[in-house]
Amino acid sequence: MPVRDISGRQVWKRRTGRESLFHWVLWLIGIAIFAYCWQQISEATTWFFVWDAPRIAGDIWDRATPPKWEYITQLGEPIWDTLNIATLGTLIALLLAVPVAFLAARNTTPSRLFIRPIALLIIVSTRSINSLIWALLLIAIIGPGVFAGVVAIAIRSVGFCAKLLYEAIEEIDSTQVEAITATGASRWQVMAYGILPQIMPAFAGIAVFRWDINIRESTVLGLVGAGGIGLQLSASLNVLAWPQVALILLVILMAVVISEWVSAKVRGAII
Amino acid sequence: MLRLEKLTKTYKTGDQALKAVDLVVPEGQVLALIGPSGAGKSTLIRCINRLVEPTSGKVYLGDVELTGLSSGSLRRERRRMGMIFQEYALVERLSVMENVLSGRLGYVGFWRSFLRKYPQADVDEAFRLLDRVGLLAMADKRADELSGGQRQRVGICRALIQNPALLLVDEPTASLDPKTSRQIMRLVCELCKERGLAAIINIHDVALAQMFVQRVIGLRAGAVEFDGPPDTLTPDVLTTIYGAEDWEATIDKVEDEDDDAPEAAE
Amino acid sequence: MSTELEALVGKRWKKPPFVRRGWLRWALLFGFAAYLVAAFLTIEINWARVYEGLERGKQFVLAFTSPDFTSRSVDIWDGMLESVIMTVAASVVGIAISIPIALGAARNIAPLPVYLICRSIIAVSRALQEIIVAILLVAIFGFGPLAGFLTLSFATIGFLSKLLAEDIESMDKVQAEAIKASGAKWTQWINYGVQPQVMPRLIGLSMYRIDINFRESAILGLVGAGGIGATLNTAFDRYEYDTAAAILLIIIGVVMALEYLSGVIRERVQ
Repeated sequence: MPVRDISGRQVWKRRTGRESLFHWVLWLIGIAIFAYCWQQISEATTWFFVWDAPRIAGDIWDRATPPKWEYITQLGEPIWDTLNIATLGTLIALLLAVPVAFLAARNTTPSRLFIRPIALLIIVSTRSINSLIWALLLIAIIGPGVFAGVVAIAIRSVGFCAKLLYEAIEEIDSTQVEAITATGASRWQVMAYGILPQIMPAFAGIAVFRWDINIRESTVLGLVGAGGIGLQLSASLNVLAWPQVALILLVILMAVVISEWVSAKVRGAII
Repeated sequence: MLRLEKLTKTYKTGDQALKAVDLVVPEGQVLALIGPSGAGKSTLIRCINRLVEPTSGKVYLGDVELTGLSSGSLRRERRRMGMIFQEYALVERLSVMENVLSGRLGYVGFWRSFLRKYPQADVDEAFRLLDRVGLLAMADKRADELSGGQRQRVGICRALIQNPALLLVDEPTASLDPKTSRQIMRLVCELCKERGLAAIINIHDVALAQMFVQRVIGLRAGAVEFDGPPDTLTPDVLTTIYGAEDWEATIDKVEDEDDDAPEAAE
Repeated sequence: MSTELEALVGKRWKKPPFVRRGWLRWALLFGFAAYLVAAFLTIEINWARVYEGLERGKQFVLAFTSPDFTSRSVDIWDGMLESVIMTVAASVVGIAISIPIALGAARNIAPLPVYLICRSIIAVSRALQEIIVAILLVAIFGFGPLAGFLTLSFATIGFLSKLLAEDIESMDKVQAEAIKASGAKWTQWINYGVQPQVMPRLIGLSMYRIDINFRESAILGLVGAGGIGATLNTAFDRYEYDTAAAILLIIIGVVMALEYLSGVIRERVQ
């Protein structure tokens, strides 16, 4: 009981003695872990560089401004590539995500014991690994270029889209499905009439949401050689051409802002 | 025409929803299934078209034994049984017309239905049915734009366009106001008469059932407790079905209101 | 038979189209098709190279069946530990900073100038991807986990503050007003009127962000900001697929464990 008797008076406490002790111990452990982490980071850091950081930052800023505006003429194609990587990657991912989602959803999976775990494994493994790592891997396999970027984005997005989609499938109204089944419809017809219309809004929302994220991710894929504007960024960084870097970062910022605006508009139109 | 033999359903949880129910429904008979919540009314109806798989027992529709059918032939037989649902169960994001036409799914192939290319005869029939229930003007509206009563009419059209021999009606009025409830019940019974359909109607409202149907089945705890014409439903019978309560008022109400619905007297 | 019915019977029926204006519908369709064609034409795929790569792809897939945890165990262990350390430290700092910023970015709590400042911090943090921030911070602070730690903290602020601020903005006003009406000070009001309402969401979002931070920490090593990424990159460069597979499996395992944990915790607080 949180009410305690202290020298004859009833004192209300939020927690009992044991509870509050438990809380303190938890906090103590948390702080100890954080202190350990911080100590590790600080050990691996050359503090001289850190104290020097403001000067270096100022130095980089001086060299990066003004951005090299005329460089924009060479960025047209990389921007186009970036857009393609994001869009085609998203489209491929959606095509793959739909069957995976149907196999993973409890109410549509053909077998809960065998197929559902496999579908979930696909979802978890593709989702846990960043698209840059997928790009690294694909470059090792199929060589550098835009194609590797498209595939990397596609694989990374499959799990993400399939997860959101299968959650939407599990939330559908089952009586509508029952009604279509009762008419004597085949399995595929039940999907097309009973399930598809119900998940369409979620599907459209997921597609636009992921496309927005993919625009961001595809701008940096070039850092590992998978095409797009990141290639120029990486090349400019290697030769320390800071005015070019500044311009590229501005372009990426613009792309991110525009894609966010587009996806917000489209989502508004759908819902 | 419909025959249930020792139909039993035991759920995985161990609940026995149906205990060896025997029932024969002749051609063209409209019967009401009454009973308290949990008596197994919904389960009974769903066991007939096997939306719920019965544990044991047999269901015959005409000469066909439904309980033994493979999924392909079951789909063909389901076309002969139209179903109407409590919460309408329309596909809300499809148009009224698509909802009605979805009753033909058992007759058309996948791609035809996917591309919405139904045979002209189906389309005409859909328009006729919508006209019959007074919703022709709503054909291209989305189902979720309609009111409850309108939605249930669309549900009726969807069941009828299957060209069924039997209607399975699950609590058609539970989500409707009293006036609309009566209109819907009247519509269902009229349409059954016009087309000579048999129907099993699950219904909570005893008075409403007595007003419209030819036969009443009382179900309690998964077993048939009463089977007879509506005017033999006495307070004693209702007590055995539902438990003790003052039933006079319920039955009286029917007699008072009988003249409201002269066309349903038979 | 009514006249409207007569007019319809015998006519073909079509589903009303999603986009009602005909020209717009065709323009959208045609534009999209044209874009797809253009996009496909500009992608250069060296099919010979892809075909060559299939063999390596097969090896990689096979490597997953026999991942090699041992031969680079020291590198893997150090890298993973550093990733975890960065994740923990950055999550703690990031969450601690994002709470006041979220309060400042909620229009129903903060005055306009504070609101604008906090919102612009969020906007900057969200617009810059982790990896770009990491590149800049490595250039400024030098190689090592400090850059990674700062990157993740910065990214956490944008993510968490935005979602938390939205939650605060949509909270139940009446509860908060009741506390205010009791004569509470501003800090008391936040503690009693606001905090209980947004706490479950804060915990859920924090768990989710820890998950993201760990996944991101795996790539920061690619640009020298510490963590497992450097080891992974080396493994790929040397075509040591079995070691790479081992690292990926560990990452997947940790992410799964984190997801499970966050599921359990979220269930308990809600």
